[in-house]
Amino acid sequence: MRKLSAAVLAIVILAAVSVGLVQAGAWPGVDETVVEKYATAAGRPPQSPLFDPGEGDLRVFVFLIAGIVGGFVAGYYFRELFPRKSNPCEKSR
Amino acid sequence: MTKRLAWAAAVLTLCAIPDAAYAMHITEGILPAPWAGLWYLVAIPFVAWGLRELRLRSSSTPFFKPMVGLVGAAVFVISCMPIPVPVVGSCSHPAGTGLAAILIGPALTAVVASIALLLQALFLAHGGLTTLGANIVSMGIVGGLTGYAVFHAARRARLPLWVAAFLAGLLADWATYATTAFELASALHGNGSLGGMFGAIALAFLPTQLPIGILEGVLTAGVYRFVQSRRPSLLECLGVLPGRAA
Repeated sequence: MRKLSAAVLAIVILAAVSVGLVQAGAWPGVDETVVEKYATAAGRPPQSPLFDPGEGDLRVFVFLIAGIVGGFVAGYYFRELFPRKSNPCEKSR
Repeated sequence: MTKRLAWAAAVLTLCAIPDAAYAMHITEGILPAPWAGLWYLVAIPFVAWGLRELRLRSSSTPFFKPMVGLVGAAVFVISCMPIPVPVVGSCSHPAGTGLAAILIGPALTAVVASIALLLQALFLAHGGLTTLGANIVSMGIVGGLTGYAVFHAARRARLPLWVAAFLAGLLADWATYATTAFELASALHGNGSLGGMFGAIALAFLPTQLPIGILEGVLTAGVYRFVQSRRPSLLECLGVLPGRAA
């Protein structure tokens, strides 16, 4: 359990650092440095999204709710799949 | 229990921070309509195969649906997390489909990748609706098939589970980017050489994707080591390890 917590903590820190650096414009993504570059050179620059989810706090709120719901669902299934001692084959019979 | 849920919620919430996409998915509007349509046509049979597989395997194995849900959440999280590569000065992300393919098979990997890519296109401006078919083919289908084939070939060669999982994650990631390069080159090469443009795009991906692929291999190997130590019977039931198949 400690190893798992350490791994999850590492992922959270990595995600936070990554998102922070990327949002600060420190490192552009390969969509920009590769895909967009070649597409623009070929006369097919990227367009705005067909479905625009908007900007601002409403969008943050929606994603916060989605994150919480997704987190609870993932946690529920994780517990179901990885209990301390059980046999899924016996359960399926 | 509460701690675990809090961790999972924190990861998903971080992933869901909305901003511009910094990823390898092909962005909206880049592919001409005939090419966008073609990749949809290629993707649809695989997704249909995956849905059929879900119905069949769910009826015989009760834990299969939760497993698909968990793997789908993992693919979504992994494929929307930008990872900086300091040496190169740019960033990209792993795909998670090699990992998924070993656990739930290549057909269902296409399904979970489709759902993840659709959500990313709709809410994160990551990829696009017109390019969804092409992104499903590169990440969900080619990535999944490569991961599955490499893992089972490595196991037949009697390599340890973690080595097989590492190779599956690594090569699934690289295959995904090679396919993206091919999709772009085939649609955009114009009067130039297809091979030349493919090579140029693949080479441009290389410095960023080389280390990200290795990271994906390590991640895949780590997950399988965890499942193997925590619940090996799960891998036996899924047919990943020899033993009881459900």
